[in-house]
Amino acid sequence: MALDTALVAPDTAKPASDTARIALVGNPNSGKTALFNALTGSRQKVANYAGVTVERKEGVLTTPSGRQMRVLDLPGTYSLRARSPDEVVTRDAVIGKLEGEIAPEALICVADATNLRLVLRLVLELKQVGRPFVLALNMFDIAQRQGLRIDLERLSQEIGAPIVTTVATRKRGLPELLDKVEALVAARKVEAENVWHEPTAGEIRAAHAEAQRIFKACVKPPERPDTITGKIDGVLLHPVAGLLILVALMFVMFQAVFTWAAPIMDGIDAAFAAIAGWTNAHLPAGLLTSFVADGLIAGVGSVLVFLPQILILFFFILVLEDSGYMTRAAFLLDKLMGVAGLHGRAFIPLLSSFACAIPGIMATRVIDNKQDRLTTILIAPLMTCSARIPVYTLIIGAFIPRAKVWGGLSLQGLVMFGLFAAGIVSALVVSTVIRRIFWRGTVEPFMMELPTYRWPEPRNVLMNLWTRARIFLNRAGRIILPLMVLVWVLSTFPYPPEGATGPAIDYSFAGRIGQFIAPIMHPIGFNWQMTVALIPGFAAREVAVAALGTVYAVGGDGDAAATTLGSVLAHQWSLASALSFLAWYIFAPQCAATLGVVKRETNGWLWPSVMFVYMTSLAYIASFATYHIAVAMGAG
Amino acid sequence: MSEAYALSSPFNPAETPGVRPLATAGRGDRGVIVKVTGVSGADESVAAEELERRLLEMGFVEGAAIEVLHEGLFGRDPIAVRVDDTRVALRRREAAAVTVKFDGH
Repeated sequence: MALDTALVAPDTAKPASDTARIALVGNPNSGKTALFNALTGSRQKVANYAGVTVERKEGVLTTPSGRQMRVLDLPGTYSLRARSPDEVVTRDAVIGKLEGEIAPEALICVADATNLRLVLRLVLELKQVGRPFVLALNMFDIAQRQGLRIDLERLSQEIGAPIVTTVATRKRGLPELLDKVEALVAARKVEAENVWHEPTAGEIRAAHAEAQRIFKACVKPPERPDTITGKIDGVLLHPVAGLLILVALMFVMFQAVFTWAAPIMDGIDAAFAAIAGWTNAHLPAGLLTSFVADGLIAGVGSVLVFLPQILILFFFILVLEDSGYMTRAAFLLDKLMGVAGLHGRAFIPLLSSFACAIPGIMATRVIDNKQDRLTTILIAPLMTCSARIPVYTLIIGAFIPRAKVWGGLSLQGLVMFGLFAAGIVSALVVSTVIRRIFWRGTVEPFMMELPTYRWPEPRNVLMNLWTRARIFLNRAGRIILPLMVLVWVLSTFPYPPEGATGPAIDYSFAGRIGQFIAPIMHPIGFNWQMTVALIPGFAAREVAVAALGTVYAVGGDGDAAATTLGSVLAHQWSLASALSFLAWYIFAPQCAATLGVVKRETNGWLWPSVMFVYMTSLAYIASFATYHIAVAMGAG
Repeated sequence: MSEAYALSSPFNPAETPGVRPLATAGRGDRGVIVKVTGVSGADESVAAEELERRLLEMGFVEGAAIEVLHEGLFGRDPIAVRVDDTRVALRRREAAAVTVKFDGH
């Protein structure tokens, strides 16, 4: 799970010569990120590695002796034999061949002390690389509680590296760990020659045998092995109960995303409306004021308003991930998703896409196979993101009666649910078509470790949440804000001529573009006002609501405007047009930022173009069908 | 989807009883891995040698103790197994590349 991360460009050009560089490597679920957080605290920056979209997390720490070190948190891996882009970064960073990066002077290999078997093979690979490393036996408290006995001295001899026991979440063992790292950095004379090469199956077997020998010699099996995970799995992985629990969890999550966030979002909306209002009132009326109030402030506000939803969604995702549940969800859903040609791991990206397709598309990095990943990227925007909700709410409020059907269900709620369901179903259909027609046959292996369940550490969750928030805000500043300004320019210039009667936007570039393509949109029941509103809506979907307000010259702020706009629309549009507009919004690639992210993630314009063409075509067909069926049923 | 492994395929009687692919195992079955090949018999997107290496890296190695812990709802797929002391989820199609001597024979 990762977001756009170019907060800071990796400043590899001017390394501080006295600052040692170290890197953290380890298996997934070894508590590596918790250790990174404990070591560096808030002194972290998140960016991307040069040229690839792998998240680069670097922090600064101060050793007990006062020395500063830069720490790189490398993506988790079982082997240096890289398969995904993330693992390529880990391998290249470890062997010191990562473009744009300076090789680390020492490594910290982080291991889950209760699960040493697999990491020992990684340790043997590190040994071949010849770069000095310390083995951090993390979660050592749990190992002790289980009565696991590890002969540290012998293990240290066997692997030829110092060992420190740590409890990252309690900050235990960190000074000792840093002492050892400092000693390695200081003693670094000539490093051993790198004899690592990609192992063959036979070599992996041999390494396993060696790891097994070391394991048997140094580790006595636990006296009180963990039985809780097995018991929890008995329920959570139960074929029927497990799926029901997963559905219930998803339900709670969506309730939280849409109801908990509402008051905060209203507050943000109101605050920005107030700021814009104040600006309009206190600055002289004119171009600059319009730019500041309608372009900048409205633009920032329209992005910030989604922060609460994104944070709540990520809170759930982080908790589910840290607890070890996410891999279980992938297990439960793999077969279902496989029917549509999707990999079980596509679950997390698609789930994130309900908040916003951008973090969802970035989260596809966990999928190793290129075709699996592209398929997931292509369908992610079909998940109903939170930016569509204001549009849906407006149209549903204006056109669907507040009636109860089927014994007390709200008709409006049902329509909203139907729109979400339409998105999911169409995503599955599109994925099936892609995998059955275009990329047939090959299926990527599904193999993942089911980690031991753990209580998520609140501090760790909050720190990771803070990272997500910073990344989102940064992207809002870099991608969405400039787009908002562009849309403001398009909707403002040129000015209406003297004595113009219509709203100013009619005479602007946006208005002209809208009127130019209006004939194309006529067959699907769109009038030119609707078409014009689509243009600014391209910056962010929900802006279409504000644009409709502008086109229909509805004044006022907040709910009052929405209500007024709703009644205006109810008079101006036929029901068939309104339904067609909703159908359009299910499919249309109405978000420039998403296309921009796809371009970055796929390294070119091919896939964003494919996405734009297929989604626009689907939107047009769906709206056409909706409009004509509705007209035939008398809703024209 | 054509399932390349068959749950009820007649097993080669020439081999030791109780030795069959992990793909055919049910919940609660235990045994010891006797062979890991990388040839699952299904149409994989990775070469056999790559699948073999991935299986090995997750701990599926000759001699490792194995127990089937859980099965999915649909077609009893995927399965969750304990390999020595690691829990791993995998599909039955990949499990076809792992041969196990099951207990109780």
